[in-house]
Amino acid sequence: MYLFGYRLPGMSSLVIWALLWEIVGRADLTFFVPPLSEVIATLFEIIRTPAFQKALGETAYAFFAGVFFAVVIGITVGILMGKNRLMDELLLPWVNVFLSAPLTALVPVLMVLFGFGMKSIIITTCLFAVWIIILNSRAGVKQINRSLVEMAHCFGASPMDAFFRIYFWAALPEILGGVRIGIIRAVKGVIIGQLLISIVGFGALFELYSANFLMGHFWAVLIVLFALAFTISEFLAYLERRVAYYAAKR
Amino acid sequence: MLSRANTLKILSALVLFGAWEIAGRIPVSYAFPTFLDSMRSLFEMIGNGMMYEAYKETLRPLVIGIIISAVLGIGLGLWVGLNNFFDWLFSPIFIVMQAAPLAALIPLLVLAYGIGLTSKVLVVCIMAMPVIVLNTSGAVRNTPESYKEMGKSFLASRTSILLRIVIPAASPVIFAGLRLGISAGFIGAILAELKITPTGVGDIITYSRSIADYPSMYAAIFSIILLAVLFLNLLEKIETVLFKGNQRGYVSD
Amino acid sequence: MVTSQTKERPDAGVETQLESAVSVKNITKNYGAVEALRDMSLEFPRGQLTSLLGPSGCGKTTLLKIIAGLLEPTSGEVLVNGKTVTDPGPDRAFVFQDFALLPWATVLKNVAFGLQMRGVAASEREDKAAKYIKDVGLAGFEKSYPHELSGGMRQRVGLARALSVDADVLLMDEPFSAVDEQTRRKFQEDLLNLVQHENKTFIFVTHSIEEAVYVSDQIAILLPRPSRVSEIIRPSSFRNKGVENIRRDSEYLDIVDDIWASLRTYVE
Repeated sequence: MYLFGYRLPGMSSLVIWALLWEIVGRADLTFFVPPLSEVIATLFEIIRTPAFQKALGETAYAFFAGVFFAVVIGITVGILMGKNRLMDELLLPWVNVFLSAPLTALVPVLMVLFGFGMKSIIITTCLFAVWIIILNSRAGVKQINRSLVEMAHCFGASPMDAFFRIYFWAALPEILGGVRIGIIRAVKGVIIGQLLISIVGFGALFELYSANFLMGHFWAVLIVLFALAFTISEFLAYLERRVAYYAAKR
Repeated sequence: MLSRANTLKILSALVLFGAWEIAGRIPVSYAFPTFLDSMRSLFEMIGNGMMYEAYKETLRPLVIGIIISAVLGIGLGLWVGLNNFFDWLFSPIFIVMQAAPLAALIPLLVLAYGIGLTSKVLVVCIMAMPVIVLNTSGAVRNTPESYKEMGKSFLASRTSILLRIVIPAASPVIFAGLRLGISAGFIGAILAELKITPTGVGDIITYSRSIADYPSMYAAIFSIILLAVLFLNLLEKIETVLFKGNQRGYVSD
Repeated sequence: MVTSQTKERPDAGVETQLESAVSVKNITKNYGAVEALRDMSLEFPRGQLTSLLGPSGCGKTTLLKIIAGLLEPTSGEVLVNGKTVTDPGPDRAFVFQDFALLPWATVLKNVAFGLQMRGVAASEREDKAAKYIKDVGLAGFEKSYPHELSGGMRQRVGLARALSVDADVLLMDEPFSAVDEQTRRKFQEDLLNLVQHENKTFIFVTHSIEEAVYVSDQIAILLPRPSRVSEIIRPSSFRNKGVENIRRDSEYLDIVDDIWASLRTYVE
């Protein structure tokens, strides 16, 4: 996109949208949209409050725990499926089912089984992320060039050596791609979990603010959340590019 | 005689349901009914019409939302894909929307639009549209130059190139986007029901939970997951049949 | 202003006046600071096959696409049948290196594509397409999809498509480079037959010396940086010898060696 011959940077239209938000807010067109400047001011205010930091802490804890389990379980199961045909044929239909199933429906089950707390949210987060990680890890293993395997054999590499020096790196770009998508899904999972289980983290905050019609606060927290999610996603994309420099055009 | 793939699918289903049954019998938790109990409850609810009534309620915002998302989403995606200005203007919004947990907007929608059909449809739409728009615009933008050049060399008009080359070339990715969008739409619909007001299937789930009728609760959850999966598989089959040429393997010339 | 040395082979006899179907006059093409083509002029005789031969980066595909109207030159003009052209037209048809077949369409629909764009009615264009499919030896594959065909077969579909629109000039961009060696040889023999039987002008881009000398009535050797025509060679004695005998003809071998000697310094 060019303006007067100068190339505009990628996301620069967000500036226009921000301006629009400000104008709509000032014009007081609707109660629900306060001016952006007001929201930003509130944002800086509430970041310091203990309530916010507690919510952030709880959310971060649930998120990282959920992601940790999803990554460990996901990559392990995925690699297993990629290497073992029987496991693959048994498990793949289920992985596909759960990948496209509305996992939200399972949250009530988690609530009755594991209670209303952190545990359920961690499991929700893990569930949202794990399926795509499994699929991509499996794909990463399956697409390892046969020649590399034969080469490893030829030069007498031990199974350990072969795994850590060759297979791991060959599958890594694909696996990282899966982890990135999985993490984005985990962000959605941790929020959905909190929305439904609502007495912890941001879920609680949203309840509080909406009950008291604190629109500025509401949007402020929302922006923080969106910004965090977006930053994580971009950071992972950057990591993926760094690692994937040797991956063939996918 | 069933093929090996299908035999194993059935076998793995049996394994999972068997595990469920066993876990229910141990029992893993007082709130974990057996597979058979849940299935019994499911058939009961189908029999007495409860399921039908519930799905009538649930499917309404879902279907409306999906249709709106598909039509608007593909339309917007095409526009953004073909026009540089709109790409610059709209893409960042959808990129942010896709990475962000849109579910967080639900309390806001409820505040603004109340607890009726409108807000539920809106929930489905905001969950489904970003991926549809981004997939469509990406696919259109990434049409291989080679095809467009070929069209030009054979004197195709701009409309012809769009209709006969760009869109068919983009259709697999557009369909993939549709499937992802619909899947997200299902999540939105259920979230809406569990969070906004319980109606339809969401109502069955919350009500049965509150009276500790776990078999019914699990039955309802099982049914909606089954529906979503069946529907998405059906969509894939339809694409295969309607667009036979899309099963192209990897024609990487 | 043709910067060339026209090498006449000893037993060529009197040079007949050749009419140009395509004339390229002073074509320059710049990509920003990079000069892809500089002041290039060339004549392409009617009814004959002219090769553009040269190492990578010498601008031969760029020149071909400019003639096709797919690229705009920075300056200079292209004349086809005496008239200046800037866009693709019904007088020229293109055969692509990567085949450029629509993967979602059958062979029949692919071949009929050119006719479809010219507004020919469905039944008429499918009949015509079927004829050309038979001509290129793909009878029976009308309902197949490109991914079901081998590389050689796909290129024949591309060729059938280009032939079906009855253009005066056929432009071929390294058409045989993506197929295996044996298929390539067969294609070269088929191409010779095609040139003899069709009253079309062929412009053929290749980087294979043997291929160029084998199929061409005229070879234009292009050198890179800056892109220029360094030589035009008109092999004459073995043109009508029959496809099997050409590769052992001494003139053929001489020309190939000569060209290699002059090109080898330009290989990266």
